Amino acid sequence: MKWVVAAAIALLLALPAWLNSYAVTVFIFIFFYAFLGQAWNIVGGYAGQLSAGHAAFVGVGAYASALLSARLGLTPWLGMLVGGALSAALGTVVGYLGFRFGLRGFYFVLLTVAFAEVCRIVALNTDAVGGALGYYITFTGDPRQFQFQDNRAYYYVALGLMLVATAIVAAIERRRFGAYLIAIREDEQACEALGVNTFRYKMLAMVVSSFLTGVGGTFYAFYLFSLQPSSVFGIPLSVEIVIRPIVGGAGTVLGPILGSFILSPLAEASRIYFGQGGWSGAHLIAYGLLLIAVVLFLPQGAYPALRRLWLRSFAR
Amino acid sequence: MSEAPLLEVRGIGKRFGGLQAVRDLSFAMARGEVLGLIGPNGAGKTTVFNLLSGFLTPDAGAVHFDGRSLAGLKPHAICRLGLARTFQIVRPFPHLSVLDNVRVGALAREPRMEKARDRARAVIERVGLGAKAEHPAAGLTLAERKRLELARALATEPTLLLLDEVMAGLNSTEIEAIVALARSINASGVSILLIEHNMRAVMTLSHRIVVLSFGEKIVEGAPAAIANHPRVIEAYLGEEYVHAPAR
Repeated sequence: MKWVVAAAIALLLALPAWLNSYAVTVFIFIFFYAFLGQAWNIVGGYAGQLSAGHAAFVGVGAYASALLSARLGLTPWLGMLVGGALSAALGTVVGYLGFRFGLRGFYFVLLTVAFAEVCRIVALNTDAVGGALGYYITFTGDPRQFQFQDNRAYYYVALGLMLVATAIVAAIERRRFGAYLIAIREDEQACEALGVNTFRYKMLAMVVSSFLTGVGGTFYAFYLFSLQPSSVFGIPLSVEIVIRPIVGGAGTVLGPILGSFILSPLAEASRIYFGQGGWSGAHLIAYGLLLIAVVLFLPQGAYPALRRLWLRSFAR
Repeated sequence: MSEAPLLEVRGIGKRFGGLQAVRDLSFAMARGEVLGLIGPNGAGKTTVFNLLSGFLTPDAGAVHFDGRSLAGLKPHAICRLGLARTFQIVRPFPHLSVLDNVRVGALAREPRMEKARDRARAVIERVGLGAKAEHPAAGLTLAERKRLELARALATEPTLLLLDEVMAGLNSTEIEAIVALARSINASGVSILLIEHNMRAVMTLSHRIVVLSFGEKIVEGAPAAIANHPRVIEAYLGEEYVHAPAR
């Protein structure tokens, strides 16, 4: 397994040498959404607390580092940590309200969506951050300002983010923290009876998850150079974040990556084919159909199914 | 070893709306004791377990465990003090293996995953589930699930174990095995508070028995004294049986 991972990483590191600029862009989105999915995976996949408002953390992280850079001259390399911390603070509030008062299932989903919507409306109506017009970052191409002339630099940054988040998730899974999160997803009351402080571990999962997602906000801001409240805080982004780990296998280390390799090119392709002629947004229909198929045929996601197939054919 | 009781329950009560589920209940347990808690369906036995283990908060009264008040403690904190419970309706983690299920309990005392796994394996062997260690809990029979429930609680290394009907639904061979297991657990120094409808099992295991009816303690005493006590017969069968002529 170690060799497979090392070979895969080596391949991804070498890949840009053979790719054209457009293909590099596709990979950037694969890595970036895998990173966001991985961050969500901690609280949504492992702990089973279905946050459907993770866009809120992307938005807070994105606006924070963009504004800190423009107003105070703070480099986004540090701003991304500040953005992560602010997102973690918001995650703490959401988590506290949800977990302290025992909101489960749909109620927790609604709570997280509501918070993201509040963020969106606040940003929409705050002129200091650009309001409905959005906030634009001037391109300088200065790497110290998290801006790169060469698309391939973004490729490596996004790859790095994905690998770091995956390493964090793998480390969590091997520890008591991970074992407790999985048990919490299975049965909270039984966990309490076995000495598990379920509130504390759910909070911890939420904080780590929202921090990482907030860090991703900086990449969003300084890759796209424009922040629109309805995109960066919107429900469609939350859906993009959630759907990859669910399709790939929520609560598994490789699920979000696999899901992103399946879905990001799919989204890109449908954008190309349906983008013109008034068919934009058709990829959302494709998502819907795919989600129905996954729930019906692979309720645990693609990764566990592939693993079973692998074990059946090779490890007799 | 101190002379103070391991568990001291003083005047606890719990009301659900118009139903007084438990009323002014007091009893104590010595270290190493096996205490049976019996009574007809709806007498409030499981409510007592929920009050002791922190899943419910008593409206009145106090519970002291190992000299410490349990007031305001959450279930996980009570478990860590050494008071573990099983659930009448078993709650295994269905997608996890038997070993991973029990390891969650063992992690309460041993935060290192490998060592907790070793401890869990030892507990699984002890309850006789060794052959099923790698099986998912969802595929176990009821008898096996009851053992798993017991193994998980045991893995938290309690000094007092609350067993809520661990024999319900089992056949007589399976019951004998659980009785032997409970006895060996008790012999290793763990006190046991037992809710059980199987009278033979309660009578053989318990040192003392507390009888509940409509939330109140009606009798407390040695098994032999309880079995023929008129108030117990009345609680289970109704008043007319107490004075009925023997056949």
